[in-house]
Amino acid sequence: MEKAIEAESLAKTYPKGVKALAGLSFAVTPGTVFALVGPNGAGKSTAVKILTTLTTADAGRATVAGLDVLAEGDRVRRTIGVVAQGSGVDVQATGRENLRLQGQIHGIRGRSIEVRAQELLERFGLADAADRVARGYSGGMQRRLDIAMALVHDPAVLFLDEPTTGLDPEVRADMWSEIAELARERGKTVLLTTHYLEEADQLAERVAIVDRGTVVAEGTPEELKRELRGDAIHVDLETEYNGRVNRALSALEAVRDVTVDGKSLRARADDGGRAVPLVLQALEKQGVAVASVRVARPSLDDVYLKYAGRTFDAAEAEAEVTR
Amino acid sequence: MILIRHTLYMTLRHLRELWRQPWFVAVTLVQPVIWLLLFGALFKRVIEIPGFHAHSYIAFLAPGVVVMTAMFNSAWSGMALIEDVSRGVTARFLVSPVRREALIAGRILKEAVVVVIQSLIIVVLALIVGASFAGGVGGVAALFAVSALLGATFGALSNGFALIMRQEEALIGAVQFIVLPLTFLSTTFLAANLIPNWMRSVSDVNPVNWAVVAGRTATSAHPDWGVVASRAGFLAALMVVSLAFATNAFRSYQRSV
Repeated sequence: MEKAIEAESLAKTYPKGVKALAGLSFAVTPGTVFALVGPNGAGKSTAVKILTTLTTADAGRATVAGLDVLAEGDRVRRTIGVVAQGSGVDVQATGRENLRLQGQIHGIRGRSIEVRAQELLERFGLADAADRVARGYSGGMQRRLDIAMALVHDPAVLFLDEPTTGLDPEVRADMWSEIAELARERGKTVLLTTHYLEEADQLAERVAIVDRGTVVAEGTPEELKRELRGDAIHVDLETEYNGRVNRALSALEAVRDVTVDGKSLRARADDGGRAVPLVLQALEKQGVAVASVRVARPSLDDVYLKYAGRTFDAAEAEAEVTR
Repeated sequence: MILIRHTLYMTLRHLRELWRQPWFVAVTLVQPVIWLLLFGALFKRVIEIPGFHAHSYIAFLAPGVVVMTAMFNSAWSGMALIEDVSRGVTARFLVSPVRREALIAGRILKEAVVVVIQSLIIVVLALIVGASFAGGVGGVAALFAVSALLGATFGALSNGFALIMRQEEALIGAVQFIVLPLTFLSTTFLAANLIPNWMRSVSDVNPVNWAVVAGRTATSAHPDWGVVASRAGFLAALMVVSLAFATNAFRSYQRSV
């Protein structure tokens, strides 16, 4: 079966030497929601920019709806809807004017564009604000208008680049139900990028975890979470102890996936509450002083730690430095 | 056809934007009036210099102010594009089927509409204060045409540099560096036989001067249509090159995103 989106070994290095993609590959089945999950700087947005023809890859190839993004850019642009990170709303125009212009450049004219604009304004709760200039819209309203603009021409493939970043939690929940509805509607294919594992979990049929420009893990949310069963134990140490911590815990059956990064110790356990006293005991026996202990359900951080070998925070910090 | 349609959509977008900023419109319309009256008063007596063949300085100056206004206005055209780029509006258009040429042409046509209105104000005002345009309506139309060509050239260059620099401060610097010297290295304020020789040589290759010379002779009692045609031809060629440059500058922007 032909894939709706196919990326094959995409690579891109920006002029200033920042390597954004290092052989990124994934494929999306038509009519499904696919999420690329990762921290800032992982390469998610660059992948979206290449797939939507905004920029080009240095190497690799990609198709959208069976069309080559390089050779058939014009046809790709007619087929896709894009909600970029940040916004693409013209804040000096009203919601209706934004929708109308977007429709017009997709060749919808006359009465049909007015009907379509009104339909979308109502659907996204913007009917009352339709004739107000978008500068006065709230963040959530601008985001909804962004999505409405991407849908004007009823695209077969929809790209949503971090659609909920920067939104209030309640607004985010609303947005999730909107996106979920989109995917069900007329077999649209949706490529979503996000920071939030819960978001991918809620919305996507398949998830690819992206780190340093490549896919480090891919599967259904269930598959990925199954790998992360149990609790995460996070111990802050008084000082760095190097090998002593591993020696202390290697014999302990209650914990697995032990990683030590400076003064930070992470491990997994089926039952965190029962494992903590054992961990503390073992550490004490080796003379390792503990500052604090936390037990938590698996988080994006833990997924990252498992697949990328470093914490989400560390990955974000590194992205900041190289930028 | 698609290109014309897309250009029209974009032009209407920019005109609507302008319309929503009434103070900006007011300043834009008053500005050329100030140029005309201020420079007209300042240099009023230069026509008494032997060799300055003009009866009224305002009549001599008016075509120059029309050209200058067209250039000044269009040279800032890229500022709004930088705002579009930073707000993500440009990126959104670039992933849609809109023609890139239309993204540039729409801005230039909007500037042209503004420039024509400004030029009409200048001409009417000049007539009120006593100037006469012996060349008649045809002459004034030719003046507007060469101004429009110059304005389109500067508008395209401004948008092209906007896409390459993507920084308002950088564009402001570039515009200021270029616009005033080009104005003074021309016969806008003084007749050609009164400016230093080296300046006259420079003015021969100065597009601003092409427009001033063509506009001035077109509106005079005995227009030299050969001069008008040749200067208009140079300006048209330069405009085509500038438009191609601006359209290609989208690539520079797209490499950076």
